[in-house]
Amino acid sequence: MLRLLLRRLGVLLGAAVALTFVVFWLTNLPPNLERIARSEAGTRISEAEVAGWLERNGYGRPLLVRYGEWLGVLPGWVGMDGDGNPRGRCLRAGDGAGRDAGPESGPESGPESGPESGPEPAEAPARCGLLQGDWGWSRVFQAEVRDVVARGLGHTAKLMAWVLVVMVPSALLLGVLAGMREGSGLDRALSGVAVLTAATPEYVSGVVLVAVFASSATGLRWFNGSATSAMEDATLANFTLPVLTIALYGMGYVARMTRAAMAEVMTAPYIRAARLKGLSFRQVVLRHALRNALIAPFTVVMLQIPWLLNGVVIVETLFNYKGFGWTLVEAAGNNDIDLLLGVSVVSVVVVLLTQMASDLGYALLNPRIRLGRG
Amino acid sequence: MPEPVPPALEAAEPILEVEGLSVSFRARGREVPAVASFSCSVRPGEVVGLVGESGCGKSTVASAILRDLGPAGRVVGGTVRFRGRDLATLSPAELRRLRGGGIAMIPQEPTAALNPALTVGRQLMEVPMLHGGASGAEAWARALEMARDVRLPDPERVLRSYPHQLSGGQRQRIVIAMALMARPALLILDEPTSALDVTVAAAVVQLLRELGRRQGTAMLFISHDLGLVLETCDRVCVMYAGEAVETGPTAEVFARTRHPYTRALLRSLPRIGPEADSLLVNGLDGVPPPPGERPRGCGFAPRCAHVAPGRCDGGAVPMLRVGPGPHAARCLRHGEIDWDAPPPRAGRRVPVKPGPVVLRVEGLSKSYAVAGRRVVRANESVSFEVREGETLAVVGESGCGKSTLARVLIGLETASAGRVTLLGQEVQDRPVRARDPRTVAAVQMVFQDPTDTLNPSRTVGRQILRALEAFRVGRSRAERRGRMLGLLDRVELPRALAERLPRQLSGGQRQRVGIARALAGGARIVLADEPVSALDVSVQAAVLRLLLEIQGSERTTLLLISHDLSVVRALSDRVLVMYLGHVVEIGTADQVFAPPYHPYTEALLAAVPVADPRVRKRRVILDGDVPSALDPPSGCPFRTRCRWKDAVPGDLCAREIPPLRALAPGHRVRCHLPDEALAGMEPVFEAVPG
Repeated sequence: MLRLLLRRLGVLLGAAVALTFVVFWLTNLPPNLERIARSEAGTRISEAEVAGWLERNGYGRPLLVRYGEWLGVLPGWVGMDGDGNPRGRCLRAGDGAGRDAGPESGPESGPESGPESGPEPAEAPARCGLLQGDWGWSRVFQAEVRDVVARGLGHTAKLMAWVLVVMVPSALLLGVLAGMREGSGLDRALSGVAVLTAATPEYVSGVVLVAVFASSATGLRWFNGSATSAMEDATLANFTLPVLTIALYGMGYVARMTRAAMAEVMTAPYIRAARLKGLSFRQVVLRHALRNALIAPFTVVMLQIPWLLNGVVIVETLFNYKGFGWTLVEAAGNNDIDLLLGVSVVSVVVVLLTQMASDLGYALLNPRIRLGRG
Repeated sequence: MPEPVPPALEAAEPILEVEGLSVSFRARGREVPAVASFSCSVRPGEVVGLVGESGCGKSTVASAILRDLGPAGRVVGGTVRFRGRDLATLSPAELRRLRGGGIAMIPQEPTAALNPALTVGRQLMEVPMLHGGASGAEAWARALEMARDVRLPDPERVLRSYPHQLSGGQRQRIVIAMALMARPALLILDEPTSALDVTVAAAVVQLLRELGRRQGTAMLFISHDLGLVLETCDRVCVMYAGEAVETGPTAEVFARTRHPYTRALLRSLPRIGPEADSLLVNGLDGVPPPPGERPRGCGFAPRCAHVAPGRCDGGAVPMLRVGPGPHAARCLRHGEIDWDAPPPRAGRRVPVKPGPVVLRVEGLSKSYAVAGRRVVRANESVSFEVREGETLAVVGESGCGKSTLARVLIGLETASAGRVTLLGQEVQDRPVRARDPRTVAAVQMVFQDPTDTLNPSRTVGRQILRALEAFRVGRSRAERRGRMLGLLDRVELPRALAERLPRQLSGGQRQRVGIARALAGGARIVLADEPVSALDVSVQAAVLRLLLEIQGSERTTLLLISHDLSVVRALSDRVLVMYLGHVVEIGTADQVFAPPYHPYTEALLAAVPVADPRVRKRRVILDGDVPSALDPPSGCPFRTRCRWKDAVPGDLCAREIPPLRALAPGHRVRCHLPDEALAGMEPVFEAVPG
């Protein structure tokens, strides 16, 4: 078991490095950098000035070196600005130049994390990347990327937790009920519901839910159409719709998987054997079918989590809930490279961690794997 | 005109009475009858056999008795009474009490009948907790007791194991224990041993009989193995096309057969006893009609050699009394057929004139490293040679190393030591991808289960063509296509089947495709790994005959890997007996099947169920499983289970691996037994005088 865990962790690290490099490369393509230079130093500067700006700000060196710096395995770049002041990745003095360019002013940044209060060149650490906890500076929010991401992640975690609380039990229940008597009326009705919700993307269901439950169109107005206030204080009124929008979509899919697994297990010879032992239908389902039927859906639930992050982007924007997805939209829309990278890192880690959790959980549920090779 | 059997003739009150049971399944909008007016009864303590080819409705009867036909099946007529109570009138709660408590079932596949996610102890405990209201501790004690009763070694450990951690024989014992936990009055066994080795099956059957006698359990024994039925059952009921066609006391039905179907089934079996043929009789052509296409009148008429048109297909044939006792058959002509006519004997096969040596194996060893340090020796210095046109059978229980040997020969594994010379080339260290296409084409394999080895989504013709391409046979597509059709002719399949998918073929047809594919590159050596054990008796004979014919005409060498010694007897020129990776006996079939035997060969032979009441068999039950190859016994590998070891002075057996010593030209045995002991061995099979 431990060896399995270590091997999975190794794979995870490798995948994380590879994926972040791809994101780093894509966000650091020359046109992107040029846009940064123009937005920081003025839109009308010449090609030569762009090149000079990039050179001065550490963008001139090879991609791999910059990736190493960003990661924190290579020493940060050091140079001089036009006035002869020392500049460098770990000094972060020159970043303040175009700091007001961001369309949104993020929440106030703390005094320590401000760009002006960078450390003296002598005291500055040699490396300052991801590994040192320095995720860079968000131009849009004028704050440390780490803080922006952490704040967004906190909000999203709250949202996702509620989504899972709503989605998983209802999906499993729906799937098990439908699958235990394949082809019955109950199965058809429940499967119909599951297919309907799985086939409705969030941007449709979200809009429909808002129109029905939170607008004057029907006059119901049971819930709020905005979830902004839920960041501080989630209530039934302001949080139900976003949670439901994401949960419904995932639920249909997981329920279909559960149903298929359950239906298959119910035809297994050991279920027949259990029935012929004299167990009641209820006992057969609870004692013999359920555990075997939940192996497949468990994997799916775990793999659903990164998939649900997609939905988070749409739903958070729709309900103006300033979480992780909303942050991503802001970062991408404003070419905020450091923030975009930070968001990507977190996404990659979330995806890989859930994959690993799904593998391990599968091993735990399935004794053949747990006791087999380990 | 003989009169029908009066319904209640038996003295004791039957515990199970099935009368006129008819079952239908709904398929594609129409009702397909699976069982038609089937009747039988089982009295307390009695063992009743239910035999027939697959698809004749045996298992459906079992499901109908337990009222577990699934959503598509329905009892459309007749009654099933258990202890006088009509089971159709039971409430759901009463039905649950009946299942497991009154009637228990031992299903066919022990592996599949155990829940993989629960320990076997939990699954056993469930029964007394449910039916006897036992507490957890009581249930555990009962489970432990039962596990001891079915002679599981180290029962506490077994009960704490998950099913996948146990061997096939152990799982089968657990399933038996589970069925017996609530002391049912009736046990239904659906092919309880078909997944087991003969030796294990023999031990399981003996155990079942013993436990049944002790608990007074009646049994309904469903099997296609006629030998097993003869050895196990008091009465037998032969089914064909959803009907009972012959019933009566087992010995009487086997000795005085009065239905053409029963006789054909019996004649399809290769004989292993004193009158062994070395060719096969084909007693039964064709396949049973699928449910829904059964003929009017006698269901067997289309395949019957004695059919009288106008009479047999006229209308439903009643069950007729055919003897003084309760022996009945569903045949209008039972009084007219000459039942004593000798069976068409196939005679003995002309011994092949052995050609040059095509395969020579010298000191072959194959070992695997397990968990880093420990070593499993699957083959230990195996030596033999096979000549062109010859059939060499390799026999032994599962785990004896016969499959590993085949894998090395065909190149799926490479040898750890020793030499394998194949058609003049040394191939021991050459895996199949390092062999040239000609060598690969020259050694081909016919697999046990053709369903698993044919691609389900490609047509049969396409798959044979693919083999031809791989063997680089033929210069053009057209030429290869011609070859493919020729191969289909060769295995006696209609050419139209080339366009079909494997699932549209019957089991026998699929195996013929497997043979055609193996022959595609002009194979010189065919390795047949249990080629017919997945097939019905009647189909087996036809497939085996085909293999023999091809061998005769093309002088192919056949390496037959099988645990069915009757098949081995009929097909092989020479036999190699393996145990725990060692060759323990090798010789011509006549030498190996007659004394003096190696003690292991003797036990293997004694485990074979013989479906002939005129053959008396000595009983030698081989106890226990094959020792783990991870931890083989010192000295002679077989000594832990050998019943002769006391005849060897001192602890010689424990100290030294016996040498392979020659008893006669070509006959060698790996045993320490002194010559007198070997010479004094009695034959396992004897003809009953009279």
